[in-house]
Amino acid sequence: MRRSLLIPALVAAAVFVTACGDDGGDPVLDTSPDPTSAPTSPETSPATDAPDDGDDVSAAAACAAEAGTFTDGVLTIATGEFAFPPYVLDDAPESKQGFEAAVAYAVAGQLGFADDQVTWVRTGFDEVIAPGEKEFDFNLQQYTITPERANVVDFSEGYYSAAQAVLGYTDSPAAGATSVADLKGLKIGVQASTTSLNYIEDVIQPDDDPLVYNDNAAAKAALDAGQIDAIVADLPTALYITAVEIENTTVFGQIEGSGTDEFGLLLAKDNPLTECLDLALQALKADGTLDAITEEWMAEYAEAPLISAS
Amino acid sequence: MGGVAELTRRQQYDQRQRRRSIAAAAASSVVAVVALVVLVPRLSGWESVRSSFFDGDVLATTFPKLLRAFLLDLKILAWTAPAVLVLSVLVALARGARSPVLFPLRAVGVVFTDVFRGVPTILVITLIGFGVPAAFGLRRPWNDPVLWGSVALTLSYAAYVAEIIRSGIEGVHESQRAAARSIGMTSGQTMRSIVLPQAFRSTVPPMMNSFVSLQKDVALVSVLGPVEVLRRAEIEQSRFFNFTPYVGAAIIFLSLTIPLTRLADYLLARQQRRTGGTQIT
Repeated sequence: MRRSLLIPALVAAAVFVTACGDDGGDPVLDTSPDPTSAPTSPETSPATDAPDDGDDVSAAAACAAEAGTFTDGVLTIATGEFAFPPYVLDDAPESKQGFEAAVAYAVAGQLGFADDQVTWVRTGFDEVIAPGEKEFDFNLQQYTITPERANVVDFSEGYYSAAQAVLGYTDSPAAGATSVADLKGLKIGVQASTTSLNYIEDVIQPDDDPLVYNDNAAAKAALDAGQIDAIVADLPTALYITAVEIENTTVFGQIEGSGTDEFGLLLAKDNPLTECLDLALQALKADGTLDAITEEWMAEYAEAPLISAS
Repeated sequence: MGGVAELTRRQQYDQRQRRRSIAAAAASSVVAVVALVVLVPRLSGWESVRSSFFDGDVLATTFPKLLRAFLLDLKILAWTAPAVLVLSVLVALARGARSPVLFPLRAVGVVFTDVFRGVPTILVITLIGFGVPAAFGLRRPWNDPVLWGSVALTLSYAAYVAEIIRSGIEGVHESQRAAARSIGMTSGQTMRSIVLPQAFRSTVPPMMNSFVSLQKDVALVSVLGPVEVLRRAEIEQSRFFNFTPYVGAAIIFLSLTIPLTRLADYLLARQQRRTGGTQIT
Protein backbone atom coordinates (compact mmCIF):
# COMPACT_ATOMS: atom_id res chain seq x y z
CA MET A 1 0.00 0.00 0.00
CA ARG A 2 2.69 2.40 1.06
CA ARG A 3 4.85 1.50 -1.94
CA SER A 4 2.08 2.13 -4.43
CA LEU A 5 1.40 5.55 -2.92
CA LEU A 6 5.05 6.46 -2.98
CA ILE A 7 5.46 6.74 -6.75
CA PRO A 8 2.56 9.17 -7.30
CA ALA A 9 3.78 11.13 -4.32
CA LEU A 10 7.23 11.41 -5.80
CA VAL A 11 5.86 12.40 -9.18
CA ALA A 12 3.72 15.02 -7.52
CA ALA A 13 6.73 16.24 -5.60
CA ALA A 14 8.83 16.47 -8.73
CA VAL A 15 6.11 18.36 -10.57
CA PHE A 16 5.68 20.68 -7.63
CA VAL A 17 9.39 21.33 -7.35
CA THR A 18 9.71 21.99 -11.09
CA ALA A 19 6.70 24.26 -11.02
CA CYS A 20 8.11 26.50 -8.35
CA GLY A 21 11.73 25.89 -9.19
CA ASP A 22 12.67 29.52 -9.83
CA ASP A 23 10.07 30.98 -7.59
CA GLY A 24 12.49 31.44 -4.72
CA GLY A 25 9.70 33.02 -2.72
CA ASP A 26 10.62 31.45 0.56
CA PRO A 27 13.30 33.43 2.35
CA VAL A 28 14.01 30.51 4.61
CA LEU A 29 14.97 28.03 2.01
CA ASP A 30 16.46 30.13 -0.73
CA THR A 31 19.73 30.69 1.04
CA SER A 32 20.39 26.98 1.07
CA PRO A 33 21.57 25.18 -2.03
CA ASP A 34 18.06 24.38 -3.18
CA PRO A 35 17.55 21.35 -1.02
CA THR A 36 14.09 20.63 -2.33
CA SER A 37 15.30 19.82 -5.80
CA ALA A 38 16.33 16.27 -5.00
CA PRO A 39 13.60 14.45 -3.20
CA THR A 40 14.97 11.08 -2.27
CA SER A 41 13.76 8.27 -0.21
CA PRO A 42 15.38 5.16 1.13
CA GLU A 43 13.75 3.12 -1.58
CA THR A 44 14.43 5.18 -4.65
CA SER A 45 17.78 6.32 -5.85
CA PRO A 46 17.83 10.01 -6.69
CA ALA A 47 19.57 9.27 -9.98
CA THR A 48 16.57 7.47 -11.46
CA ASP A 49 13.43 8.90 -9.92
CA ALA A 50 14.20 12.44 -8.97
CA PRO A 51 15.17 15.38 -11.15
CA ASP A 52 18.62 14.58 -12.36
CA ASP A 53 21.07 16.67 -10.46
CA GLY A 54 22.80 14.08 -8.37
CA ASP A 55 25.58 16.44 -7.32
CA ASP A 56 23.13 18.20 -5.07
CA VAL A 57 22.59 15.18 -2.86
CA SER A 58 24.11 16.27 0.40
CA ALA A 59 25.99 14.07 2.77
CA ALA A 60 23.02 14.35 5.10
CA ALA A 61 20.63 13.11 2.41
CA ALA A 62 22.85 10.14 1.61
CA CYS A 63 23.05 9.41 5.31
CA ALA A 64 19.26 9.64 5.68
CA ALA A 65 18.73 7.32 2.73
CA GLU A 66 20.97 4.83 4.48
CA ALA A 67 19.37 5.26 7.89
CA GLY A 68 15.74 5.15 6.77
CA THR A 69 12.82 6.90 8.41
CA PHE A 70 9.84 5.95 10.55
CA THR A 71 7.62 5.82 7.47
CA ASP A 72 9.49 5.17 4.22
CA GLY A 73 9.75 8.19 1.98
CA VAL A 74 8.26 10.48 4.59
CA LEU A 75 9.96 12.47 7.31
CA THR A 76 7.81 12.46 10.42
CA ILE A 77 8.55 15.44 12.64
CA ALA A 78 7.02 15.95 16.06
CA THR A 79 6.42 19.12 17.98
CA GLY A 80 4.40 20.19 21.03
CA GLU A 81 0.68 19.58 21.51
CA PHE A 82 0.40 23.31 21.36
CA ALA A 83 3.26 24.93 19.48
CA PHE A 84 3.67 28.63 20.17
CA PRO A 85 5.53 31.64 18.77
CA PRO A 86 8.27 32.43 18.05
CA TYR A 87 8.90 28.71 17.52
CA VAL A 88 5.75 28.00 15.51
CA LEU A 89 3.25 30.63 14.47
CA ASP A 90 -0.48 29.93 14.84
CA ASP A 91 0.20 26.38 16.00
CA ALA A 92 0.66 25.45 12.30
CA PRO A 93 4.18 24.12 11.67
CA GLU A 94 3.15 23.09 8.12
CA SER A 95 3.19 26.77 7.21
CA LYS A 96 6.97 26.93 7.89
CA GLN A 97 6.23 30.08 9.86
CA GLY A 98 8.19 30.26 13.06
CA PHE A 99 11.75 29.45 14.10
CA GLU A 100 11.42 25.73 14.79
CA ALA A 101 9.11 25.19 11.82
CA ALA A 102 11.69 26.83 9.56
CA VAL A 103 14.54 24.83 11.10
CA ALA A 104 12.56 21.63 10.67
CA TYR A 105 11.94 22.24 6.98
CA ALA A 106 15.55 23.32 6.39
CA VAL A 107 16.76 20.12 8.04
CA ALA A 108 14.25 18.09 6.03
CA GLY A 109 15.59 19.70 2.88
CA GLN A 110 19.13 18.77 3.81
CA LEU A 111 18.01 15.20 4.43
CA GLY A 112 16.55 15.11 0.93
CA PHE A 113 12.87 15.43 1.79
CA ALA A 114 10.68 17.84 -0.11
CA ASP A 115 8.26 19.95 1.89
CA ASP A 116 5.33 17.72 1.03
CA GLN A 117 7.22 14.67 2.23
CA VAL A 118 7.18 16.08 5.74
CA THR A 119 4.37 15.09 8.08
CA TRP A 120 3.86 16.53 11.53
CA VAL A 121 2.73 14.74 14.67
CA ARG A 122 2.18 16.17 18.14
CA THR A 123 3.57 14.85 21.40
CA GLY A 124 3.54 16.07 24.97
CA PHE A 125 6.87 17.30 26.29
CA ASP A 126 7.34 14.39 28.69
CA GLU A 127 5.80 11.74 26.45
CA VAL A 128 9.07 11.17 24.64
CA ILE A 129 10.67 9.77 27.77
CA ALA A 130 8.38 6.75 27.87
CA PRO A 131 10.10 3.57 26.77
CA GLY A 132 9.10 1.99 23.50
CA GLU A 133 8.83 2.98 19.86
CA LYS A 134 8.80 6.66 19.02
CA GLU A 135 6.22 7.57 16.43
CA PHE A 136 8.39 10.23 14.84
CA ASP A 137 11.79 10.64 13.26
CA PHE A 138 12.71 13.64 15.33
CA ASN A 139 10.99 15.93 17.80
CA LEU A 140 11.65 19.60 18.32
CA GLN A 141 10.04 21.63 21.07
CA GLN A 142 12.89 23.43 22.80
CA TYR A 143 14.44 20.32 24.26
CA THR A 144 17.53 21.42 26.09
CA ILE A 145 20.41 19.01 25.63
CA THR A 146 21.62 17.65 28.97
CA PRO A 147 23.96 14.73 29.63
CA GLU A 148 21.34 13.03 31.83
CA ARG A 149 18.70 13.20 29.13
CA ALA A 150 21.22 12.00 26.54
CA ASN A 151 21.38 8.70 28.43
CA VAL A 152 17.79 8.05 27.46
CA VAL A 153 17.28 9.72 24.10
CA ASP A 154 19.49 10.93 21.25
CA PHE A 155 20.08 14.60 20.59
CA SER A 156 21.36 16.26 17.45
CA GLU A 157 23.78 19.14 17.68
CA GLY A 158 22.24 22.26 19.12
CA TYR A 159 20.30 24.55 16.80
CA TYR A 160 19.77 27.40 19.25
CA SER A 161 21.07 28.47 22.59
CA ALA A 162 18.77 30.40 24.85
CA ALA A 163 19.72 32.57 27.78
CA GLN A 164 17.68 32.48 30.98
CA ALA A 165 15.60 35.59 31.52
CA VAL A 166 13.73 37.17 34.43
CA LEU A 167 10.27 38.66 34.00
CA GLY A 168 7.51 40.02 36.17
CA TYR A 169 5.08 42.88 36.66
CA THR A 170 6.67 46.26 36.13
CA ASP A 171 6.38 47.11 39.84
CA SER A 172 8.06 43.88 40.94
CA PRO A 173 11.01 44.07 43.35
CA ALA A 174 12.91 42.20 40.64
CA ALA A 175 12.53 45.15 38.27
CA GLY A 176 15.77 46.82 39.27
CA ALA A 177 17.86 43.66 39.35
CA THR A 178 21.28 44.10 37.81
CA SER A 179 22.96 40.99 39.14
CA VAL A 180 22.01 37.49 40.21
CA ALA A 181 22.71 38.56 43.80
CA ASP A 182 19.71 40.90 43.53
CA LEU A 183 17.51 37.90 42.77
CA LYS A 184 18.53 35.76 45.72
CA GLY A 185 16.11 37.31 48.19
CA LEU A 186 13.13 37.08 45.86
CA LYS A 187 10.39 34.52 45.50
CA ILE A 188 10.92 33.01 42.07
CA GLY A 189 8.42 31.03 40.06
CA VAL A 190 9.24 28.67 37.22
CA GLN A 191 7.49 26.23 34.95
CA ALA A 192 7.96 22.52 35.69
CA SER A 193 9.92 20.31 33.29
CA THR A 194 12.15 23.16 32.15
CA THR A 195 15.88 23.50 32.57
CA SER A 196 15.19 26.99 33.94
CA LEU A 197 14.40 25.27 37.22
CA ASN A 198 17.78 23.53 37.23
CA TYR A 199 19.36 26.90 36.51
CA ILE A 200 17.59 28.51 39.47
CA GLU A 201 18.48 25.71 41.86
CA ASP A 202 22.07 25.35 40.66
CA VAL A 203 23.08 28.94 39.88
CA ILE A 204 20.75 31.53 41.40
CA GLN A 205 20.16 29.50 44.58
CA PRO A 206 17.50 31.79 46.03
CA ASP A 207 16.99 31.95 49.79
CA ASP A 208 13.45 30.58 49.48
CA ASP A 209 12.76 27.48 47.42
CA PRO A 210 11.43 28.38 43.99
CA LEU A 211 7.75 27.71 43.36
CA VAL A 212 7.05 25.39 40.45
CA TYR A 213 3.98 25.57 38.22
CA ASN A 214 2.37 23.33 35.65
CA ASP A 215 1.92 26.17 33.20
CA ASN A 216 2.26 29.89 32.77
CA ALA A 217 -1.39 30.45 33.67
CA ALA A 218 -0.67 29.15 37.17
CA ALA A 219 2.48 31.27 37.34
CA LYS A 220 0.39 34.32 36.41
CA ALA A 221 -2.10 33.49 39.16
CA ALA A 222 0.79 33.30 41.61
CA LEU A 223 2.11 36.67 40.42
CA ASP A 224 -1.38 38.12 40.92
CA ALA A 225 -1.61 36.60 44.38
CA GLY A 226 1.74 38.15 45.26
CA GLN A 227 3.16 34.71 45.97
CA ILE A 228 6.09 35.21 43.60
CA ASP A 229 8.04 38.28 42.54
CA ALA A 230 9.37 37.07 39.23
CA ILE A 231 9.36 34.20 36.76
CA VAL A 232 12.49 32.71 35.24
CA ALA A 233 12.23 31.22 31.75
CA ASP A 234 14.40 31.00 28.70
CA LEU A 235 14.51 34.31 26.90
CA PRO A 236 12.26 33.56 23.90
CA THR A 237 9.64 32.03 26.17
CA ALA A 238 9.96 34.95 28.57
CA LEU A 239 9.36 37.43 25.77
CA TYR A 240 6.41 35.41 24.55
CA ILE A 241 4.91 35.39 28.04
CA THR A 242 5.28 39.15 28.39
CA ALA A 243 3.98 39.87 24.90
CA VAL A 244 1.09 37.44 24.76
CA GLU A 245 0.32 35.53 27.90
CA ILE A 246 0.51 37.93 30.85
CA GLU A 247 -0.32 41.58 30.39
CA ASN A 248 1.67 44.35 32.08
CA THR A 249 4.74 42.21 32.49
CA THR A 250 8.16 42.93 31.17
CA VAL A 251 11.44 41.09 30.78
CA PHE A 252 13.84 42.61 33.30
CA GLY A 253 16.87 41.08 31.71
CA GLN A 254 18.72 38.01 30.57
CA ILE A 255 21.26 36.49 32.86
CA GLU A 256 24.82 36.83 31.68
CA GLY A 257 26.47 33.59 30.67
CA SER A 258 23.27 31.58 31.03
CA GLY A 259 22.99 30.91 27.30
CA THR A 260 24.99 27.72 27.47
CA ASP A 261 22.00 25.43 27.24
CA GLU A 262 21.36 24.40 23.69
CA PHE A 263 18.14 23.21 22.12
CA GLY A 264 18.61 19.96 20.17
CA LEU A 265 16.49 17.80 17.91
CA LEU A 266 15.36 14.80 19.92
CA LEU A 267 15.37 11.24 18.57
CA ALA A 268 14.81 7.78 19.93
CA LYS A 269 17.93 6.38 21.58
CA ASP A 270 20.44 5.00 19.08
CA ASN A 271 18.47 6.11 16.05
CA PRO A 272 20.87 5.97 13.07
CA LEU A 273 19.27 9.17 11.80
CA THR A 274 20.96 11.18 14.58
CA GLU A 275 24.24 11.56 12.73
CA CYS A 276 22.35 12.56 9.57
CA LEU A 277 20.70 15.39 11.53
CA ASP A 278 24.14 16.44 12.74
CA LEU A 279 25.37 16.52 9.14
CA ALA A 280 22.28 18.50 8.10
CA LEU A 281 22.72 21.05 10.90
CA GLN A 282 26.44 21.35 10.15
CA ALA A 283 25.61 22.11 6.53
CA LEU A 284 22.96 24.65 7.57
CA LYS A 285 25.44 26.31 9.91
CA ALA A 286 28.23 26.31 7.30
CA ASP A 287 26.19 27.95 4.54
CA GLY A 288 24.58 30.50 6.84
CA THR A 289 21.04 29.16 6.54
CA LEU A 290 20.64 28.58 10.25
CA ASP A 291 21.94 32.08 10.99
CA ALA A 292 19.45 33.50 8.50
CA ILE A 293 16.57 31.59 10.07
CA THR A 294 17.67 32.60 13.55
CA GLU A 295 17.98 36.22 12.44
CA GLU A 296 14.56 36.15 10.83
CA TRP A 297 12.64 34.68 13.74
CA MET A 298 14.70 35.18 16.86
CA ALA A 299 16.47 38.52 16.37
CA GLU A 300 14.12 40.37 18.68
CA TYR A 301 14.33 37.48 21.09
CA ALA A 302 18.03 37.91 21.67
CA GLU A 303 17.93 41.42 23.01
CA ALA A 304 17.27 42.19 26.64
CA PRO A 305 19.37 43.97 29.23
CA LEU A 306 22.04 41.83 30.81
CA ILE A 307 21.85 40.78 34.44
CA SER A 308 25.35 40.03 35.63
CA ALA A 309 26.00 36.52 36.84
CA SER A 310 27.79 37.40 40.05
CA MET B 1 -15.85 -28.39 77.36
CA GLY B 2 -13.37 -30.90 75.94
CA GLY B 3 -10.13 -31.57 77.79
CA VAL B 4 -6.88 -29.91 76.84
CA ALA B 5 -5.23 -33.09 75.64
CA GLU B 6 -8.12 -34.47 73.69
CA LEU B 7 -9.81 -32.57 70.92
CA THR B 8 -13.39 -33.17 69.99
CA ARG B 9 -14.03 -34.51 66.54
CA ARG B 10 -15.43 -31.13 65.58
CA GLN B 11 -12.16 -29.43 66.67
CA GLN B 12 -10.08 -32.02 64.84
CA TYR B 13 -12.10 -31.34 61.72
CA ASP B 14 -11.64 -27.57 62.12
CA GLN B 15 -7.91 -28.00 62.62
CA ARG B 16 -7.62 -30.11 59.48
CA GLN B 17 -9.57 -27.52 57.52
CA ARG B 18 -7.34 -24.78 58.84
CA ARG B 19 -4.16 -26.60 57.92
CA ARG B 20 -5.52 -27.36 54.49
CA SER B 21 -6.36 -23.73 53.76
CA ILE B 22 -2.95 -22.56 55.00
CA ALA B 23 -1.28 -25.06 52.69
CA ALA B 24 -3.41 -23.96 49.77
CA ALA B 25 -2.65 -20.28 50.39
CA ALA B 26 1.08 -21.00 50.67
CA ALA B 27 1.14 -23.09 47.50
CA SER B 28 -0.74 -20.53 45.43
CA SER B 29 1.50 -17.73 46.75
CA VAL B 30 4.62 -19.65 45.76
CA VAL B 31 3.22 -20.25 42.28
CA ALA B 32 2.36 -16.56 41.90
CA VAL B 33 5.78 -15.36 43.05
CA VAL B 34 7.60 -17.86 40.81
CA ALA B 35 5.45 -16.78 37.87
CA LEU B 36 6.30 -13.11 38.52
CA VAL B 37 10.02 -13.70 38.97
CA VAL B 38 10.37 -16.04 36.01
CA LEU B 39 7.94 -14.57 33.52
CA VAL B 40 8.16 -10.79 33.93
CA PRO B 41 11.83 -10.49 32.92
CA ARG B 42 10.97 -12.50 29.82
CA LEU B 43 8.53 -9.88 28.57
CA SER B 44 10.02 -8.35 25.44
CA GLY B 45 9.89 -4.78 26.75
CA TRP B 46 11.16 -5.62 30.21
CA GLU B 47 14.69 -4.34 29.70
CA SER B 48 13.53 -0.89 28.63
CA VAL B 49 10.89 -0.80 31.37
CA ARG B 50 13.53 -1.75 33.91
CA SER B 51 15.92 0.96 32.80
CA SER B 52 13.32 3.71 32.64
CA PHE B 53 11.35 2.82 35.79
CA PHE B 54 13.83 1.01 38.02
CA ASP B 55 17.20 2.64 37.44
CA GLY B 56 19.26 2.11 40.58
CA ASP B 57 21.62 5.03 39.97
CA VAL B 58 18.82 7.49 39.36
CA LEU B 59 17.01 6.24 42.46
CA ALA B 60 20.12 6.63 44.59
CA THR B 61 20.67 10.20 43.34
CA THR B 62 17.09 11.37 43.65
CA PHE B 63 15.77 9.52 46.71
CA PRO B 64 17.32 11.87 49.30
CA LYS B 65 15.79 14.85 47.47
CA LEU B 66 12.43 13.08 47.39
CA LEU B 67 12.62 12.40 51.12
CA ARG B 68 13.43 16.04 51.82
CA ALA B 69 10.47 17.12 49.70
CA PHE B 70 8.27 14.63 51.56
CA LEU B 71 8.87 16.60 54.75
CA LEU B 72 6.63 19.28 53.28
CA ASP B 73 3.89 16.68 52.71
CA LEU B 74 4.20 15.59 56.32
CA LYS B 75 4.12 19.19 57.52
CA ILE B 76 0.92 19.90 55.60
CA LEU B 77 -0.60 16.64 56.81
CA ALA B 78 0.35 17.42 60.41
CA TRP B 79 -1.80 20.52 60.63
CA THR B 80 -4.45 19.62 58.07
CA ALA B 81 -5.55 16.35 59.69
CA PRO B 82 -6.45 17.85 63.11
CA ALA B 83 -8.06 20.85 61.40
CA VAL B 84 -10.20 18.50 59.29
CA LEU B 85 -11.30 16.65 62.42
CA VAL B 86 -12.35 19.80 64.28
CA LEU B 87 -14.12 21.38 61.33
CA SER B 88 -15.91 18.19 60.37
CA VAL B 89 -17.29 17.73 63.88
CA LEU B 90 -18.58 21.31 63.80
CA VAL B 91 -20.19 20.77 60.40
CA ALA B 92 -21.71 17.46 61.49
CA LEU B 93 -23.15 19.11 64.62
CA ALA B 94 -24.49 21.99 62.54
CA ARG B 95 -26.21 19.57 60.18
CA GLY B 96 -27.61 17.59 63.06
CA ALA B 97 -28.95 20.58 64.96
CA ARG B 98 -32.58 19.83 65.83
CA SER B 99 -33.97 23.12 67.13
CA PRO B 100 -36.11 24.99 64.55
CA VAL B 101 -34.30 28.20 65.50
CA LEU B 102 -31.08 26.70 64.24
CA PHE B 103 -32.35 26.19 60.70
CA PRO B 104 -29.82 28.67 59.23
CA LEU B 105 -27.00 26.71 60.87
CA ARG B 106 -28.33 23.49 59.35
CA ALA B 107 -28.55 25.18 55.97
CA VAL B 108 -24.95 26.34 56.21
CA GLY B 109 -23.88 22.80 57.04
CA VAL B 110 -25.76 21.40 54.07
CA VAL B 111 -24.38 23.99 51.67
CA PHE B 112 -20.86 23.46 52.97
CA THR B 113 -20.92 19.70 52.45
CA ASP B 114 -22.65 20.00 49.09
CA VAL B 115 -20.17 22.51 47.76
CA PHE B 116 -16.91 21.13 49.05
CA ARG B 117 -17.80 17.50 48.47
CA GLY B 118 -19.07 18.23 44.99
CA VAL B 119 -16.12 20.25 43.69
CA PRO B 120 -12.95 18.29 42.85
CA THR B 121 -10.28 18.85 45.49
CA ILE B 122 -7.76 20.13 42.95
CA LEU B 123 -10.21 22.84 41.91
CA VAL B 124 -10.85 23.89 45.49
CA ILE B 125 -7.10 24.12 46.03
CA THR B 126 -6.53 26.19 42.89
CA LEU B 127 -9.43 28.53 43.55
CA ILE B 128 -8.63 29.14 47.20
CA GLY B 129 -4.84 28.98 46.92
CA PHE B 130 -4.61 31.62 44.21
CA GLY B 131 -7.98 33.31 44.63
CA VAL B 132 -8.15 34.21 48.31
CA PRO B 133 -4.76 35.97 48.51
CA ALA B 134 -5.46 37.83 45.25
CA ALA B 135 -9.02 38.77 46.23
CA PHE B 136 -8.10 40.10 49.66
CA GLY B 137 -4.75 41.57 48.62
CA LEU B 138 -2.98 39.56 51.29
CA ARG B 139 0.74 40.14 51.73
CA ARG B 140 3.49 37.84 52.80
CA PRO B 141 3.49 35.74 54.84
CA TRP B 142 -0.32 35.62 54.78
CA ASN B 143 -0.60 34.79 51.08
CA ASP B 144 1.55 31.70 51.44
CA PRO B 145 0.50 28.96 49.01
CA VAL B 146 1.21 26.23 51.57
CA LEU B 147 -1.09 27.96 54.05
CA TRP B 148 -3.99 28.43 51.64
CA GLY B 149 -3.44 25.04 50.05
CA SER B 150 -3.81 23.52 53.51
CA VAL B 151 -6.96 25.53 54.15
CA ALA B 152 -8.45 24.31 50.87
CA LEU B 153 -7.53 20.73 51.65
CA THR B 154 -9.11 21.10 55.09
CA LEU B 155 -12.38 22.43 53.67
CA SER B 156 -12.55 19.70 51.05
CA TYR B 157 -11.84 16.85 53.44
CA ALA B 158 -13.97 18.24 56.26
CA ALA B 159 -16.97 17.95 53.96
CA TYR B 160 -16.35 14.21 53.55
CA VAL B 161 -15.45 13.51 57.14
CA ALA B 162 -18.44 15.53 58.42
CA GLU B 163 -20.72 13.10 56.58
CA ILE B 164 -18.94 10.16 58.18
CA ILE B 165 -19.34 11.69 61.63
CA ARG B 166 -22.97 12.55 60.95
CA SER B 167 -23.66 8.96 60.03
CA GLY B 168 -21.94 7.96 63.28
CA ILE B 169 -24.10 10.38 65.26
CA GLU B 170 -27.26 9.15 63.62
CA GLY B 171 -26.16 5.58 64.26
CA VAL B 172 -26.34 6.15 68.02
CA HIS B 173 -29.70 4.79 69.09
CA GLU B 174 -32.36 7.32 70.08
CA SER B 175 -32.81 5.52 73.40
CA GLN B 176 -29.32 6.65 74.41
CA ARG B 177 -30.39 10.27 74.15
CA ALA B 178 -33.66 9.57 75.86
CA ALA B 179 -31.87 7.89 78.75
CA ALA B 180 -29.38 10.74 79.07
CA ARG B 181 -32.08 13.39 79.01
CA SER B 182 -34.18 11.46 81.52
CA ILE B 183 -31.40 11.62 84.10
CA GLY B 184 -31.32 15.38 83.67
CA MET B 185 -28.54 16.00 81.12
CA THR B 186 -28.95 18.97 78.86
CA SER B 187 -28.96 18.33 75.14
CA GLY B 188 -25.41 19.74 74.93
CA GLN B 189 -24.22 17.42 77.66
CA THR B 190 -25.95 14.53 75.99
CA MET B 191 -24.19 15.25 72.73
CA ARG B 192 -20.79 15.68 74.37
CA SER B 193 -20.82 12.85 76.84
CA ILE B 194 -23.14 10.27 75.36
CA VAL B 195 -23.62 10.60 71.62
CA LEU B 196 -20.25 11.84 70.29
CA PRO B 197 -18.06 9.28 72.11
CA GLN B 198 -20.15 6.44 70.70
CA ALA B 199 -20.31 8.07 67.28
CA PHE B 200 -16.53 8.45 67.17
CA ARG B 201 -15.90 4.88 68.10
CA SER B 202 -17.99 3.59 65.26
CA THR B 203 -16.50 5.98 62.72
CA VAL B 204 -12.81 5.50 63.43
CA PRO B 205 -12.23 2.96 60.62
CA PRO B 206 -13.84 5.06 57.85
CA MET B 207 -12.04 8.12 59.19
CA MET B 208 -8.75 6.28 58.95
CA ASN B 209 -9.61 5.68 55.32
CA SER B 210 -10.09 9.39 54.81
CA PHE B 211 -6.79 10.04 56.55
CA VAL B 212 -4.95 7.73 54.14
CA SER B 213 -6.66 9.46 51.27
CA LEU B 214 -5.80 12.90 52.65
CA GLN B 215 -2.18 11.88 52.97
CA LYS B 216 -2.09 11.21 49.23
CA ASP B 217 -4.07 14.31 48.25
CA VAL B 218 -1.59 16.55 50.06
CA ALA B 219 0.39 16.24 46.82
CA LEU B 220 -2.31 18.31 45.09
CA VAL B 221 -1.04 21.39 46.90
CA SER B 222 1.83 21.28 44.41
CA VAL B 223 -0.41 22.95 41.79
CA LEU B 224 0.12 26.13 43.83
CA GLY B 225 3.87 25.92 43.41
CA PRO B 226 5.32 24.35 46.56
CA VAL B 227 7.70 21.54 45.67
CA GLU B 228 6.45 18.54 47.60
CA VAL B 229 7.43 14.97 46.84
CA LEU B 230 5.30 14.43 43.73
CA ARG B 231 6.52 17.67 42.13
CA ARG B 232 10.09 16.88 43.10
CA ALA B 233 9.70 13.51 41.39
CA GLU B 234 8.37 15.26 38.29
CA ILE B 235 11.32 17.66 38.32
CA GLU B 236 13.85 14.88 38.64
CA GLN B 237 12.03 12.87 36.01
CA SER B 238 12.41 15.75 33.61
CA ARG B 239 16.06 16.19 34.55
CA PHE B 240 16.99 12.54 33.98
CA PHE B 241 14.33 11.67 31.39
CA ASN B 242 13.64 8.66 33.55
CA PHE B 243 10.53 7.58 35.48
CA THR B 244 12.42 6.08 38.41
CA PRO B 245 11.86 9.16 40.63
CA TYR B 246 8.10 8.53 40.34
CA VAL B 247 8.67 4.99 41.57
CA GLY B 248 10.71 6.48 44.42
CA ALA B 249 7.83 8.79 45.32
CA ALA B 250 5.42 5.84 45.19
CA ILE B 251 7.65 3.91 47.59
CA ILE B 252 7.64 6.84 50.01
CA PHE B 253 3.85 7.12 49.87
CA LEU B 254 3.41 3.39 50.32
CA SER B 255 5.73 3.32 53.32
CA LEU B 256 3.20 5.55 55.06
CA THR B 257 -0.10 4.38 53.60
CA ILE B 258 0.43 0.64 54.03
CA PRO B 259 0.96 0.81 57.82
CA LEU B 260 -1.95 3.23 58.07
CA THR B 261 -4.20 0.94 56.07
CA ARG B 262 -3.22 -2.03 58.24
CA LEU B 263 -4.02 0.06 61.31
CA ALA B 264 -7.41 0.91 59.84
CA ASP B 265 -8.04 -2.79 59.16
CA TYR B 266 -7.06 -3.63 62.72
CA LEU B 267 -9.34 -0.98 64.17
CA LEU B 268 -12.21 -2.19 62.02
CA ALA B 269 -11.67 -5.79 63.10
CA ARG B 270 -11.44 -4.76 66.74
CA GLN B 271 -14.65 -2.82 66.47
CA GLN B 272 -16.43 -5.74 64.86
CA ARG B 273 -15.23 -7.96 67.69
CA ARG B 274 -16.56 -5.47 70.22
CA THR B 275 -19.93 -4.81 68.70
CA GLY B 276 -20.56 -8.13 67.01
CA GLY B 277 -21.71 -9.81 70.23
CA THR B 278 -20.20 -13.09 71.35
CA GLN B 279 -17.51 -14.52 69.14
CA ILE B 280 -18.33 -17.65 67.23
CA THR B 281 -15.43 -20.05 67.18
